[in-house]
Amino acid sequence: MHPILLAMDWGLLLEKAVLITIIISVSLLVAMYETWGERKIAAVIQDRRGPNRAGPGGLFQPLADGLKLFMKEEIIPTSSSRMLFVLGPGLAMLTAMMTSAVVPWSSHFDLFGRHIELQIADVNIGILYIFGVVSMGVYGIMIGGWASNNKFSLLAAIRGASQIISYELAMGISIIALLMLTGSLSLKTIVEQQQHGVYYVLWQPLGFLIFLVCAFAECNRTPFDLSEAENELNFGYHQEYSSMKLGFYLFAEYVNMFISSAVMATLYWGGYDIPFVNDTAFGQAHGQNLLAILQAVSLFGKVIIFVFFFMWVRWTIPRFRYDQLMRLGWNVLIPLSLVNMLVTGFLILLHQNNWHF
Amino acid sequence: MQALTSRAKRVERKPMTLWERLYLPGIAKGMMITFGHIFKRKPTVNYPEKTRPFSPVFRGLQVLNRDEEGRERCTACGLCAVACPAEAITMEAAERLPGEEHLYREEKYAAKYEINMLRCIFCGLCEEACPKDAVYLSETFAPANYTRKGFIYGKDELLIPDPVKQPDEYAKALGARAPRPK
Repeated sequence: MHPILLAMDWGLLLEKAVLITIIISVSLLVAMYETWGERKIAAVIQDRRGPNRAGPGGLFQPLADGLKLFMKEEIIPTSSSRMLFVLGPGLAMLTAMMTSAVVPWSSHFDLFGRHIELQIADVNIGILYIFGVVSMGVYGIMIGGWASNNKFSLLAAIRGASQIISYELAMGISIIALLMLTGSLSLKTIVEQQQHGVYYVLWQPLGFLIFLVCAFAECNRTPFDLSEAENELNFGYHQEYSSMKLGFYLFAEYVNMFISSAVMATLYWGGYDIPFVNDTAFGQAHGQNLLAILQAVSLFGKVIIFVFFFMWVRWTIPRFRYDQLMRLGWNVLIPLSLVNMLVTGFLILLHQNNWHF
Repeated sequence: MQALTSRAKRVERKPMTLWERLYLPGIAKGMMITFGHIFKRKPTVNYPEKTRPFSPVFRGLQVLNRDEEGRERCTACGLCAVACPAEAITMEAAERLPGEEHLYREEKYAAKYEINMLRCIFCGLCEEACPKDAVYLSETFAPANYTRKGFIYGKDELLIPDPVKQPDEYAKALGARAPRPK
């Protein structure tokens, strides 16, 4: 065999491949059951029962929905730009899945004499990577709306693009304040710092609030779902889509919601840290593998709480008007995040100077 | 301007205070309201598994009754068809032949008895018109059907099961609204 092939760590390759498969299938499964959860939560909030026919408690409803979407006729409008029309939903799905690569899902396993990190890639610019990929997500909406060759879709695409660009600014600035505290862009390091100290939401409550609002806007969730405002733009950028291409768009939204919940939990709520438990001591007492599983469960619990919050907000707050959306983004959130950044920087400098001016 | 009623409320158009303009307190209030609804009792009745009881005066599908010996009561006099304001009832009379006394109580009987459930308005006038207590309205309603023809109920759908041969089915089909022997 070629020496380069021998020198490669095949175990690592296998391990990462398995991890990627698991994480992608888990994200898809979670997205599936998010659709079920959304309908159930919508129902109980509106004093209804929600899906309860397919399986116990309607648990097989997502499968039935998926089957329905697959069975539907696939329509590509003749006036559309064919290539872009197909590319749009694929891109939306791709960017939604790609973000999960840098999120640390748990600490590490010690299996087969290997040290297995439960993170696909611990890149030292993790947050920048997330921002880059999330910004790509707007292309899914933009291309879909453009390729449909439909006035409403185009309007929705423009709305979506301008909204995401506006809110990304505030989001980025609120993250800068956090990064001044952490001194690192690696999500793994940020979680480890929170394990030893306190959760960053305590140091950055305003930053977290801004990040939360912007995450809603980035995911195109109510009250920021202007790009699919059904009563103004009849479904917006995915109006011309049918069958599984529509399914991809809808699915991408739910995957986005899952991933952004994971990112929020990681950045501000301690990630996979188990609350009120000294993780290192627990790991030494009960073994690293059990600890890693419990940590993953802990992160999952936090994510589920966030996802519930996303849905709860959706069924409470009505959609913003376009001018209100822009005013909130540019006149409120960006100045607020700038102030947050300046105050954080000032306090950090003061702290480094031992609280002397 | 004078208000038209004593309950009219003036709409306040004051500029919002800072607390209101913050928007978040308002959102929190709304979120608590929706959260409270999660624990509210759901008014939905799980229909096929659970049904709501009908009112005692509910008038549903017609039933052609039999007497205690299982003979059809109807004598095909046609009074129900005359009384019917929607003209939903059609019948054809036939004469009872010797040896059929155990089937029909009267000398004349309805060989064909049809009610068009799409025409019927469930007024109950047929029940009032019947001199033989042969037809009455029960507590069920006509189930959905795929064709119009399916809604024309003949004797096989309307006739009650034989109380001698199928006593259980008879008791079930009789219902609370059946005319009781005095």
